[in-house]
Amino acid sequence: MTHTAHTPTTRVAKESTAPRTAPRKTAKSPRPRRGVLRRATPWLFLLVPLALLITFTYVPVANMIYYSFTDWDGVSPEIHVVGTDNYTELFTRPELFRVFLVSFYYLAASVVQIVIALYFATVLSFNLRLRNLFKGILFFPYLINGVAIGFVFLYFFQDGGTLDSVLSWFGAGTDHAWLGDPTSANVSLAGVSVWRFTGLNFVLFLGAIQSIPGELYEAAELDGATRWHQFRYLIVPSIRPVISLSVILAVSGSLSVFEIPYIMTGGATGTTTFVIQTVKLAFQFNKTGLASAAAVVLLLIILLITWIQRRLVPDEKVDLV
Amino acid sequence: MTRKVLASAALIAVTALTATGCTGAAAPKGETATAAADPGSVSGTITVLTHRTDLVQNGTMKKYAAAFNKIYPDVTVKFEGITDYEGEVKIRMNTENYGDVLMIPNTIAKKDYPSFFASLGSSTELSEKYRFTGNTTVDGKVYGLATVGNANGFVYNKAVWKKAGITDWPTSPQEFLTDLKAIKAKTGAVPYYTNFKDQWPLTAGTASIGSVSCDAEANDKLATSTAPWAEGSDLNVIDSLLYDVVHDKLTEKDPTTTNWENSKGLIARGEIATMQLGSWAITQMQDAAETAGTNPDDIGFLPFPAQKDGKFCAITSSDYQQAVSLHSEHKPAARAWIDWFTEKSGFARNEGSIPTAKSGALPDTLKPFEDNGVTLLEQSQAKSAQVNAIDNAAEIGLAKPDYRQKLVDMARGVQSGSLKDYFAELDEKWSEAEKTTGS
Repeated sequence: MTHTAHTPTTRVAKESTAPRTAPRKTAKSPRPRRGVLRRATPWLFLLVPLALLITFTYVPVANMIYYSFTDWDGVSPEIHVVGTDNYTELFTRPELFRVFLVSFYYLAASVVQIVIALYFATVLSFNLRLRNLFKGILFFPYLINGVAIGFVFLYFFQDGGTLDSVLSWFGAGTDHAWLGDPTSANVSLAGVSVWRFTGLNFVLFLGAIQSIPGELYEAAELDGATRWHQFRYLIVPSIRPVISLSVILAVSGSLSVFEIPYIMTGGATGTTTFVIQTVKLAFQFNKTGLASAAAVVLLLIILLITWIQRRLVPDEKVDLV
Repeated sequence: MTRKVLASAALIAVTALTATGCTGAAAPKGETATAAADPGSVSGTITVLTHRTDLVQNGTMKKYAAAFNKIYPDVTVKFEGITDYEGEVKIRMNTENYGDVLMIPNTIAKKDYPSFFASLGSSTELSEKYRFTGNTTVDGKVYGLATVGNANGFVYNKAVWKKAGITDWPTSPQEFLTDLKAIKAKTGAVPYYTNFKDQWPLTAGTASIGSVSCDAEANDKLATSTAPWAEGSDLNVIDSLLYDVVHDKLTEKDPTTTNWENSKGLIARGEIATMQLGSWAITQMQDAAETAGTNPDDIGFLPFPAQKDGKFCAITSSDYQQAVSLHSEHKPAARAWIDWFTEKSGFARNEGSIPTAKSGALPDTLKPFEDNGVTLLEQSQAKSAQVNAIDNAAEIGLAKPDYRQKLVDMARGVQSGSLKDYFAELDEKWSEAEKTTGS
């Protein structure tokens, strides 16, 4: 009891007698604790996303790399490590890589896609009536599930389906089987992929364009720049990083096309892509080991191409002013 | 930087090491699910995994369970209908949770049956009572009983064939083609529907292996054959017929956008004349005819157009087989369900299929086969493990659609290559794989 009564005075006395040391002391003793906490804080925040990332990305990838060195069939309890046999088999069978030719259709399509997206992003970045409606319309396809898109377009391309009837309204009705031969099928499928992903590119470009300060346009207009000049000398240079990102996404996307051709043709009639082929190896022929090796190779190819691309077109800092 | 790389490499290495433990779920191999003598002593809740989502949704399976409960009152049966049965169950089988009773997925290699399923008894004993036990026999023990069996051939619309002036079944592939041409010329119907887009209907041809040579062991012989597509062989005749039908433009206009569900209505209304399928499809087409308001009796079934010594042969093969999971906690209940379902449920009769129990009568749908003296042969599966191993190693996929899709594409002229070269290529792949799998 007495002790508690005394404390205020003692504290006051201490503070008054040692004004110099006291603050130092109080600052020093909690510092390590606060420091640990401060250093730990970002990790605490990162804990959940990191746990998710490791569980759902790195562990499966590590598993896949492990499977690629085995002869596992995907279900058998027996699993033998076979070293690099799967990789040897993969690289001694050139026909497994021929399917990459199909990717060129999608690569060509993504060029079209980027141009369309850039065009609309530029047009809609200026003041336009019903701007938001058009933005919504353009972005909408990206929100639809890929499987649903596959089914929708299956009816679209079917004999006497939507495309045929629309064409016949304009007197251009043909008897063409859109998914009937390899060229036509791949072009049709690539077209679907343009329809689906233009919205994503569009939103990326639009965001970048809208971050360009308005004064620059004003200044350009005062200098007598036309819309084309504004696009060429103002918009394109300032969104260059986003364009190069889109190109990387386009290349890796075209190498790993899957959903749309898998749902619509199942890889028949020359529309098999590398990923479809891998899925078939794993789930039809029970060659999970070989398929995992193929997946690892695809990953490496994409990393390599991205690296080359970054070397060729380095990411410069944009500085307009 | 290097520290980071090292750390992440270590992380990957550790996870890879721990991951290896995931697949090899150790289980007590060789356990037997024995049938209980007294139905009252069997109890527990069992889960049945099934591919028949339609029967689960419309309550038919519940009715079977109710009938089952009259004999086994203490067993609760739950059903889990799975749409992508093969894909989903295969992955689930890496865990211990794959139901108490399940249909054996086709992708499971036969040699692995003992590590996934409880044995149902010896094959000498069970094969006396049941058909198709050979499919699931490993080392003299049976691991699954067929739900039903099917005969293989062609579903056809009798009215359309009659309209084209054909009353007799074609006896040779040549005659089959002539008949289809007559149908094309005299009726508005599509003579033959490939169901190319839906893929699996193309695999029906493989089930007919043996119907040309009238040999129940034709499928087993593939295990030692170096040229399964040699002139005059089963596969050669079956696949050549498909090629010729497509090549002579006797099929639908655009095979790439066909639709299975639609095709049922089309054949019921007489807009399609013929489709290659198992006998299980007959009742489905008849139902479609009822829905469409046409005569269900118009739907008939043809044997494969080939005769040996003046007689047709049709191959019967097993549908999915039911097995008891090795990890089931209620094995007697699971076994009781399988026994009851196979013998007493009347499932085969309701489905118009061949009953697994040898005592069961052939369904009405196959009455015309009996009347016309078609020899029904049960396809031997003694060497199916080797055949499947070669098939997978060769990446041909006899029971997969891809190689026939390519055949159809070649017949339509959208992919280059001649049939002869294609058969030679398949033969080469097969014999190559046969050597490496060392059977």
